[in-house]
Amino acid sequence: MRKAHGMTDDILRMRGITKTFPGVKALQDVNLTVRRGEIHAICGENGAGKSTLMKVLSGVYPYGSYEGEIVFDGEPCRFSDIRDSEQRGIVIIHQELALSPYLSIAENIFLGNERTRRGLIDWNRTNAEAAELLERVGLRENPTTRAMDIGVGKQQLVEIAKALSKRVRLLILDEPTAALNDEDSAHLLDLLRGLRDEGITSVIISHKLNEIKAVADSTTILRDGRTIETLDMEGDEVGEDRIISGMVGRDLEHRFPPHEPKIGEEALRIEDWTVHSPTQRGRVVVSGAALTLRRGEIVGLAGLIGAGRTELAMSVFGRSYGTDISGRVYKDGREIRLRTVGEAIGHGLAYATEDRKRYGLNLIEDIKRNVSSAALGKLARRGWIDDNEEYRVADGFRAEMNIKAPSVLSVTGKLSGGNQQKVVLSKWIFTDADVLILDEPTRGIDVGAKYEIYSIVNRLADQGKAILVISSELPELLGLCDRIYAMSAGRVTGEVTRADATPERLMQLMTKEKE
Amino acid sequence: MTAEMSSGKVTTREGTAVSGGPPLPPAKAPGTRFSLNLRQSGIYIAFALIVVLFSILTDGELLSPQNISNIMVQNSYVLILAIGMILIIIAGHIDLSVGSVVALSGAIAAVLMVEMDTPWPLAILITLLAGGLIGAWQGYWIAYFGIPAFIVTLAGMLVFRALTMTVLGNQGIGPFPDEVRTLANGFLPTYLGNIGLGPLDGADLFTLLVGLAAVAGIVGTQWRARQGRIGYRQQVDPLPMFVLKMVTASAVVMVVIVQLARFKNLPWVLVLLASLVLGYTLLTNRAVFGRHIYAIGGNLHAATLSGIKVKSVTFWIFVNMGVLSALAGVIFAGRLNQAGPTAGNGFELDAIAAAFIGGAAVQGGVGKVVGAITGGLIMAVINNGMSLIGAPSERVMLFKGLVLLIAVAFDIWTKRRTGSAG
Repeated sequence: MRKAHGMTDDILRMRGITKTFPGVKALQDVNLTVRRGEIHAICGENGAGKSTLMKVLSGVYPYGSYEGEIVFDGEPCRFSDIRDSEQRGIVIIHQELALSPYLSIAENIFLGNERTRRGLIDWNRTNAEAAELLERVGLRENPTTRAMDIGVGKQQLVEIAKALSKRVRLLILDEPTAALNDEDSAHLLDLLRGLRDEGITSVIISHKLNEIKAVADSTTILRDGRTIETLDMEGDEVGEDRIISGMVGRDLEHRFPPHEPKIGEEALRIEDWTVHSPTQRGRVVVSGAALTLRRGEIVGLAGLIGAGRTELAMSVFGRSYGTDISGRVYKDGREIRLRTVGEAIGHGLAYATEDRKRYGLNLIEDIKRNVSSAALGKLARRGWIDDNEEYRVADGFRAEMNIKAPSVLSVTGKLSGGNQQKVVLSKWIFTDADVLILDEPTRGIDVGAKYEIYSIVNRLADQGKAILVISSELPELLGLCDRIYAMSAGRVTGEVTRADATPERLMQLMTKEKE
Repeated sequence: MTAEMSSGKVTTREGTAVSGGPPLPPAKAPGTRFSLNLRQSGIYIAFALIVVLFSILTDGELLSPQNISNIMVQNSYVLILAIGMILIIIAGHIDLSVGSVVALSGAIAAVLMVEMDTPWPLAILITLLAGGLIGAWQGYWIAYFGIPAFIVTLAGMLVFRALTMTVLGNQGIGPFPDEVRTLANGFLPTYLGNIGLGPLDGADLFTLLVGLAAVAGIVGTQWRARQGRIGYRQQVDPLPMFVLKMVTASAVVMVVIVQLARFKNLPWVLVLLASLVLGYTLLTNRAVFGRHIYAIGGNLHAATLSGIKVKSVTFWIFVNMGVLSALAGVIFAGRLNQAGPTAGNGFELDAIAAAFIGGAAVQGGVGKVVGAITGGLIMAVINNGMSLIGAPSERVMLFKGLVLLIAVAFDIWTKRRTGSAG
């Protein structure tokens, strides 16, 4: 019955998709219906569940690891891996391009799907067919050129050519234009329209609203792992404001502990801060940024992926990111130099990274040694550590921060995200830092533990510390911060106080293009 | 959210005579800690099994006074190398050049002492400095230039072997002064004469006293550490377990000491080795520098973002390796009474194998000095035991290779089973 219904004009129906990670519900009862031959946009804040949903669809998360059903082209699907979904014609192009840099364009296109004759690669066919595909996507490059020798925009086209080689029927693009310049973006969007005319359906994940407006036939909005609504984009009724209000929602009560800020003197001021990319020569990642943090104040830093927030924070924190950094930093009104992480810690700065597992913790060591790792000097006399004192300090933090673990000798790799974050915070508090930069402090943490982290942040502010919270969740910034800066494309595009802050206002600043 | 933690009135457990202090949440039941340590204690159990196996196969010859002494003296240089190697492996690197550095430093020492008549203490000092310079050279390329240690030390393996041949003019140089030979091969003098031990015949009294002092030292420091932990309300082994551990450790030390005393006296290299083990155990357990090595190997990025001077630490562990290699080189050359162009061939592999058998992790961040020494001794006992029963060398090699594979497989298996990260 459903089959007959589905065949008419829906190529894809996802029903009641729920996907849980340890401690976090990433998707909850999500529905998505895509019509045959349309360009369907999916938008939502970072962490809303867009990428997770697409990974469920493409088999990255195999059947059985999620709940709900997927019907593609009228038939229920139970993909066990990516190959499975590709055989059915569903191809996903990830945000981080997956080309092998030293292989040629043609080799990349047919990687895992080689054109062979009697077990050997047929190079003539490989290159000839690659050339045809390149023409279809409008890329004028020799198929034998190495992937690393062409720009990101062209690499994106190679990915699409690769998808076409697999007889794609549903093409999924995850933030395809995030790293592209305007010209390449325009070309890519044109290409998608062209493919639509050939009958290829596309799903595009994007938070560039102007782009969605320009290219999408319909838009599904996700928020906090749930489907909010699907909008028909034909005609002009649906504007960017409409999408923004769907993305940000309006339920802030009860998720944040109450807090009366006691704001004091200026603690840290950053002026005219410019940072260049260490990998792409000449690319400006942060441009002329200026921020001021005051004691007792929780300041937010809003921005979409690629806005340069983490890059700004890490470059200030002892030049941990970037090259050719310029600008001035003042601590308590005096200009300071922060050339190494050691100097930054010495001046009372702390940076709790957005990626706890990769950059924040030594996962094979216990809580005790992680807590002490940034300030071992405090526990040592002439280079020798007092390990009983170390235990006492760590156990104190365990009790104070409510780190749930049998003892401080528990290995941090086995803790939940929330408890790991508490270990990271303990580590930085133990350095006696008075300016704390918290990058995505509640990423991958369940709701209950988030509340605890917010309480800790409030307490730190009450102790007179200055706090900068980088977050991709607007509700978090609005609920927690006394003042919020917004960044877009490397520039600080505005500053709003708690009283004036609305999701719509912030989203406007966060998506503000160059003047 | 905090409810379950705040009702911590059940704190004082039996045996921990602590009063006052803030209420702390209850710790785990005693005993659980011991069973969790299979991964760490597996190596000692394996060592005990191998010793028992070869004692039986050799009719007790393995543990005879002279043979124990031989095992110590013949393997001292590999054990010294294993100490330096474990630090490097904990930091997540590798050093393939140590065999060549052993050869080169032996050659330098020989040229200084034999051809240039430099006084032996000065010659040894210069050789150790040269070792440090070699380590600094490699450390520079690895830490500051960013070339993988595998490549730098592979190059070093060739370069320093070539320099050895150049220095020696492709021939052995010797003989060494008596003092150096004694250091490498000889025994402490008899200070207090012999004492009768009944059925065990006479034994050197001084050696026995040193043994008793060592046992007293071990038990004393362990007891103090235990009391300190209890004072800080930490989890400790239950008392019977502690006593059992101490009795076992004391018995092992005393068996070795008594046998050595029955043979002659303490070998000089054993004294040297014991002080190195003590010093480096302290360094890795208690020093800020040692802790930084673990932090770097455990998570390089996190270490960098915690303000640890990663480059400098990396540099200095290679300098350290160079000095220890030079020390091993002097002892090896002194033992053979000649510095030869092929000296130290394959020592790097023995040292690396010792570290991994001793529980070091291939990804870095894990490992202990005592583990590496035990790993080295496991190989030493296999070598020695198999040659005592007259096994051909290819079978010794086969057995050693399989032991290495099984040791690391066991490590990975236990890690996977307990589901720990990394």
